[in-house]
Amino acid sequence: MKYEPVIGLEVHVQMDTQSKIFCGCSNKFGSEPNTNVCPVCLGMPGVLPVLNEKVVDFTVKAGLALNCEIRERSVFARKNYFYPDLPKAYQISQYELPICENGYIDIELEDGTSKRIGITRIHIEEDAGKLMHSADSSGADLNRTGTPLMEIVSEPDIRSAEEAKAYVQKLRTILKYAEVSDCNMEEGSMRCDVNLSLRENSDAPFGTRAEIKNVNSFKSVERAAKYEEKRQAKILNDGGKVVQETRLFNADTGVTTSMRGKEDAHDYRYFPDPDLVPLVITKEYINDINEKLPELPDARKKRFIDEYSLPAYDAAFLTSEKTYADFFEKALKTHNNPKGVSNLIMSELMRQVNDKQCEINDAGCSAENLAEIVKLIDKGTISGNISKKLFEEVIATGEKPSVIVEKKGMAQNSDEGELESIVQKVIDANPDETERFRAGDKKLQGFFMGQIMRESKGKANPGVVSQLLNKLIK
Amino acid sequence: MDILNSTLNTITSALESKELSSKELVQFYLDRIDKYDGEIQAYNHVNENAIKQAELIDSKRTKGEKLPKFAGVPIALKDLLITGGMPTTCSSKILEGFTPPFTGTAVKHVEDAGFITLGKLSMDEFAMGSSNENAAFKKTRNPWDTEKVPGGSSGGSAAAVAAGLAPVTLGSDTGGSIRQPASLCGVIGMKPTYGRVSRFGLVAFASSLDQIGPMGKSASDLASLLSIIVRHDVQDSTSAKVEQVDYTKALTGDVKGLKLGVPKEYFQTGLAPDVKKAVDEAIKQYEKLGCELVDISLPHTDYALATYYIIATAEASSNLGRYDGVRYGRRAEADNLRDMYYKSRTEGFGDEVKRRIMLGTYVLSAGYYDAYYIKAQKVRTLIKQDFVEAFKKVDAIICPASPTTAFKAGEKTSDPIQMYLSDIYTLSLNLFGGCGLSVPCGFDSDGMPIGVQLLGNYFEEGSILNLAYAFERETNLPKIPQNLKG
Repeated sequence: MKYEPVIGLEVHVQMDTQSKIFCGCSNKFGSEPNTNVCPVCLGMPGVLPVLNEKVVDFTVKAGLALNCEIRERSVFARKNYFYPDLPKAYQISQYELPICENGYIDIELEDGTSKRIGITRIHIEEDAGKLMHSADSSGADLNRTGTPLMEIVSEPDIRSAEEAKAYVQKLRTILKYAEVSDCNMEEGSMRCDVNLSLRENSDAPFGTRAEIKNVNSFKSVERAAKYEEKRQAKILNDGGKVVQETRLFNADTGVTTSMRGKEDAHDYRYFPDPDLVPLVITKEYINDINEKLPELPDARKKRFIDEYSLPAYDAAFLTSEKTYADFFEKALKTHNNPKGVSNLIMSELMRQVNDKQCEINDAGCSAENLAEIVKLIDKGTISGNISKKLFEEVIATGEKPSVIVEKKGMAQNSDEGELESIVQKVIDANPDETERFRAGDKKLQGFFMGQIMRESKGKANPGVVSQLLNKLIK
Repeated sequence: MDILNSTLNTITSALESKELSSKELVQFYLDRIDKYDGEIQAYNHVNENAIKQAELIDSKRTKGEKLPKFAGVPIALKDLLITGGMPTTCSSKILEGFTPPFTGTAVKHVEDAGFITLGKLSMDEFAMGSSNENAAFKKTRNPWDTEKVPGGSSGGSAAAVAAGLAPVTLGSDTGGSIRQPASLCGVIGMKPTYGRVSRFGLVAFASSLDQIGPMGKSASDLASLLSIIVRHDVQDSTSAKVEQVDYTKALTGDVKGLKLGVPKEYFQTGLAPDVKKAVDEAIKQYEKLGCELVDISLPHTDYALATYYIIATAEASSNLGRYDGVRYGRRAEADNLRDMYYKSRTEGFGDEVKRRIMLGTYVLSAGYYDAYYIKAQKVRTLIKQDFVEAFKKVDAIICPASPTTAFKAGEKTSDPIQMYLSDIYTLSLNLFGGCGLSVPCGFDSDGMPIGVQLLGNYFEEGSILNLAYAFERETNLPKIPQNLKG
């Protein structure tokens, strides 16, 4: 029997603030263990938290970008549990009154339509530390303790593993646009919990759900949801019942395993944190943040189509990362050929980005240089053919394209006199082909072009050559 | 000079005029600690660098360097005030040997004002108790009768003043922990308004109730010390954003026309006759001084004790979670994490602390939270409103500080409820958040001190200090027992 999966996601996002949420420690990733710590984030006796105002800025920004209502009064609560990575034995979070509620994002489905996924809430909380296990002992690295997090909870609106993945990807794109997080899943700055249940059809009530933790890549979101869907379907088809539990996803095996059942669920004993006063923000403050919010991906995509006449595919690709879109628009300032620039980004530059697994800005070709290459093609200075070579040279040397063209003599030859002698030479060397071409075998055009290009070391202007060829073979 | 009976002002003048050196002064107190603390048991830790620090100040003074106002004056601190480089144990085995890597805000202000810390004073473990009998190391005794308790939880801070082992001390008050021992030891002690003194560097018992406060032998000393520690602190989100105040300026002695509220709920059953008599006389004294007495009611007083013990234990159960043996303090050897937690906390905490952690955990648990914690918060609001209403009619409230005088050690240890009732007259104020003090007003038939309590509205420390000051001038009671004067 087929079932419909009902999926909701809880996504934890680390904020890119300079300092931690409740103390002045650096929020940098990758430092030596226990070097970005102080009495406050170590939970020493006698310390008190003071909220980093930037955290509020970031969360309100994210909330607005995700179409949420922003609460003017929200409350911090303590979530109490013991674990060695949690120095105070409670996590400061928000419980009953979170800062953002009732938002949504639109995701694009495979068939090109879009679907709205509701966002229940976003709340602010602090991250815990990290445990490091060796054969005979465990250590705690508390650098991450106090990293500001926002937890973004979706409505159970997602109906497939693919949608789940698309949701997380869209979320990431928007949050990166809003510049609140680098959303780097490998470094753990974006982490997902997947809640999934099955039901017989779209009118049936929700089934019993399992919460899957430790889902830390886009691929894992899809794989974990697919695995869980299959696992629960098998239980139901065998006449069993799905139990409410927390499960752990293993990215190596692609399997989820039970972590704890409902009866072992923690009683976190939430209560308002008496060390922090309620967070009160004004309408003016919210409006101010709203005005400063950068253009978001959906709006930018639409603008790319309208303003630059780009195909929807190009616009979607270029706006999928803020850095791509910024790069594109920067390139246009040097040379305003949107489609030409888009083509070169999507082909040659993306090859570099994928090969090097790097950011677009680190691929080795600046927006100005990329635009100049397109400009050289458009002006007829170089051939489309040679542009690939030129691009590679730019990557290899970092020099300006025009300088390389000069140095390496890459400019195409449009001198009719010079080219005519080359064309004549090729005609003379290939009497059979010349005869067939003259007789109307136009497929041989390519053959002649290839020969002439080889003879001219690739520099012959194909347009001029084509004219000469038709003139000389009559 | 008579150091024991001098105010801070007299001492600083003597130091400034070089009639007295800081070294002599510090040595005087260290000698007394040597001589009497074996019996009083007030100090958990004595600062071995105190003399060196005094010498440094003396040499600076000789050179004519500009010194802060209280340069070279000794002070002692309750052992839950975080002192960088000096052990801070909260009188708990779980923090035995713990020396913090930072100093709390109030202590920093005291140090910046020139005070020299004589040492850290015993207390009920994590400030939970009313007799100092819950201390893990030193069970402080009452200087007026060492068979008896000094009160608590700031029992060490009160006893140290009463025994002349420090001129002034800092304590903390969550439900009466400054005022009750002040009353039992015959000294003056104040709980400032919540938010007045930074809690950064005060080890938390119940965060919404805790407040650091001064203890000493006179309203004048209290005013001096309070003026130093009252500052807004960006490190404490609950710190009040109010101006710094010089409270010594409030001590005019003129209380004529002030309205004093006498709450009927504070003079009913359970109040010892000797205490009632002394407090009644104090009230009459104020009448003589020109105060107008107003009968008032704080109708939700009966619910204060239950409300307090739900809120305080709930917060404590969370605040004390951090003592897990992972990063600092006591760690029991165990084969796995779970056992390490269990054993460290089982061995590290005393019975009363465990009792309160259990109570607090219970009232916050799923299914009980609404019935206990939320209900208690609602009642707290009602209790606050009682005071808000009262302070519309009166300038201050006068009542007993403790239902009895000091009791014999061991007398109430087996009955926690009897012990909790020791704070029946003090804990409502913490729920309200205003300020209050206990000032000595007499002795019972056994010669044990009695305190009268003055409660003020938010940020009215100056007016209750002035009331205490006016009263002291009329009464002039001994603050140090005769047998400890040598």
